[in-house]
Amino acid sequence: MEKVKQKDLILYSGLIILGLAAPYLFSAFKVQLTYLCVLIVLAMTWNLQGGEMGYNTFGNILFYGLGMYLTASVQVGMFFPLAEWTESGGEKTFVHTTTQYFQGIGVGLLVAAIIPTIIAGAIGYAILGLRGHYFAICTLGLGIAAGEIAGGIEIIGAGQGFTTPPFPAEIVDAEARGKFFYFLSFALLIGTFVFVKYIYGSRFRLILNAIRDNEDKAEAMGIQTMKYKIVGWMCSAFFCGLAGGIMGGLIGYIDSTDVAFDGREMGVFMVLMAILGGKGTLWGPVIGATLFHFFKEGLWTLILGWQYVALGVLIVVIVVYFPEGLMGWLREKYPERFGEVIDEKDRKAQVELK
Amino acid sequence: MDFLIFKAPMLMVQASLDGILLGILFALIAYGMALQWGVMNIINIAQGDLVILGGYIAYTIYLWGIHPAWGVIISPIIMFFVGWGLYKLVINKVVDRDLFISILATFGIAIVFQQLMNFIFGADVVVAQSEYGTTMLFDNSVTLPNSKIFSAFISVLYAIALVIYMKKSKLGRAIRATAQNARAAKILGVDTEKVYAATFGINAALCGIAGALISITLTLHPYVGLPYTVRSFMIVIVAGLGNLPAVAVSGMGLGLFEEFADYILGTEFRIGAVFLLLVLILVYRRFKLSRKREYLK
Repeated sequence: MEKVKQKDLILYSGLIILGLAAPYLFSAFKVQLTYLCVLIVLAMTWNLQGGEMGYNTFGNILFYGLGMYLTASVQVGMFFPLAEWTESGGEKTFVHTTTQYFQGIGVGLLVAAIIPTIIAGAIGYAILGLRGHYFAICTLGLGIAAGEIAGGIEIIGAGQGFTTPPFPAEIVDAEARGKFFYFLSFALLIGTFVFVKYIYGSRFRLILNAIRDNEDKAEAMGIQTMKYKIVGWMCSAFFCGLAGGIMGGLIGYIDSTDVAFDGREMGVFMVLMAILGGKGTLWGPVIGATLFHFFKEGLWTLILGWQYVALGVLIVVIVVYFPEGLMGWLREKYPERFGEVIDEKDRKAQVELK
Repeated sequence: MDFLIFKAPMLMVQASLDGILLGILFALIAYGMALQWGVMNIINIAQGDLVILGGYIAYTIYLWGIHPAWGVIISPIIMFFVGWGLYKLVINKVVDRDLFISILATFGIAIVFQQLMNFIFGADVVVAQSEYGTTMLFDNSVTLPNSKIFSAFISVLYAIALVIYMKKSKLGRAIRATAQNARAAKILGVDTEKVYAATFGINAALCGIAGALISITLTLHPYVGLPYTVRSFMIVIVAGLGNLPAVAVSGMGLGLFEEFADYILGTEFRIGAVFLLLVLILVYRRFKLSRKREYLK
């Protein structure tokens, strides 16, 4: 037991050092690395619903988009009139000083974490009472409705989009912006990982799994399933909101349906990454997101114009032929590594039955 | 309330008529969805994109100089084979699996379709001109494009034809038998694989008809498929599977809701209102059922 822990320690410290060194080692890919961190966060939090709880949501994009809009709105609204900013390119008239910028983004991220969490709690009771595919379709509708409605609200830029405050010009270091957002997202990634790992070792995860495997029985065993479902969703909303806030600052421009409530890209990516890596595992979403990101960045430029066709085909192939994901496949192949005790005789008997 | 629609009663008549005629069209798409949902137990997110593809087929023949109304005959024939091919390629692998798998797989198909249509037909909003003129009612205060009346008429015609076909023909009986119990049907000699393929083909053909009608009444764009999927899903969950009169009524209800939402909330919130209504309906059903300690299945 002690040995395993030491091994884990080496692995984690190695990964953290790699993460901290990454922006210096791959200086040209800082934006990509930031994306990767955010994607992993999204995949891990989706996994809490889809993998652990068995509630396949398309709605986490709602919290991501909300977080994005909230961070930008707070960051602007704290110092300047928001309506004037969004109406006619206010970023040219009003300029954030360095302190204002960082104060704004700090408070903005705080709001972006809290409000989606509250909203998840508020709508959770109504939405999480749905099951299976009804839940999936309902959350799909929720995400798209949010995008359409955000696209009609004037004060956050309506259809023409919302330019987030540019990085303060007083900082001369050209690398500073990339590093700032990278370390922000890396901190978020570590926070999310520690939190999810904590959940994986707790009773909470067992309850979520019980809900996934048979909700009626879980209820009959005296578990207040609704309470745990809502708490689980709130946890996801918290991290999705933060991820959205960071992403908004990084992209620098928020569009209602193409950037914020981007069900067609981000909303599908998070599901796909978790499934690709293997849902219901701690490392699955991390590996899935990394693979997916490398695949995407590697191929996107080669097949310019055909990305979405490739994405669609990829979804179909992964879902149809590979629904257990990479971790599921490894688990089937090397069950001993996953701590599963296999009775050799029983296994052989099963193979013969097949 | 200072909404324009409450000041001018004629606008209400206009919205109601528009809504009902539009709703009949939605009901046709929903009927296709109910058919394949009931028989194969999959939810097809690509439904709306099949509709748009059908519309583009009608638009293509319009570009060739043939009147787009012929699309209601040509489009379903082509779409039937598209549906059949789609079934053989992908859908047959997800039929017996978890419903979420079918949702995701058809979501992937939807993305592929959207992008291919974008490549082939361009990203512009297009419409096929039927040049049917308009009917004026109530001293010219209510205008009704004849193409809308035509589309509602054709929808009803096809729906009736399909109902009769499902009742009388051998394939129709096989489809209904498979919907009731696929295993029993298989034992009794029904080739369920063929039935599934035919069902998906018929669904796609219905989408083709609806798409051809949309190409002359509304507008086409590669990315507007998803709202049609959501509309038909909504109609089906309100009406239930295999209840055709209820599908027609709830289709018209949805059409009315949309037209009024358009006037009251503004056109920019129209699609948002449709998606929000979906959420509200599901939540309403959920609370209604939870009183009996049941849930939507």
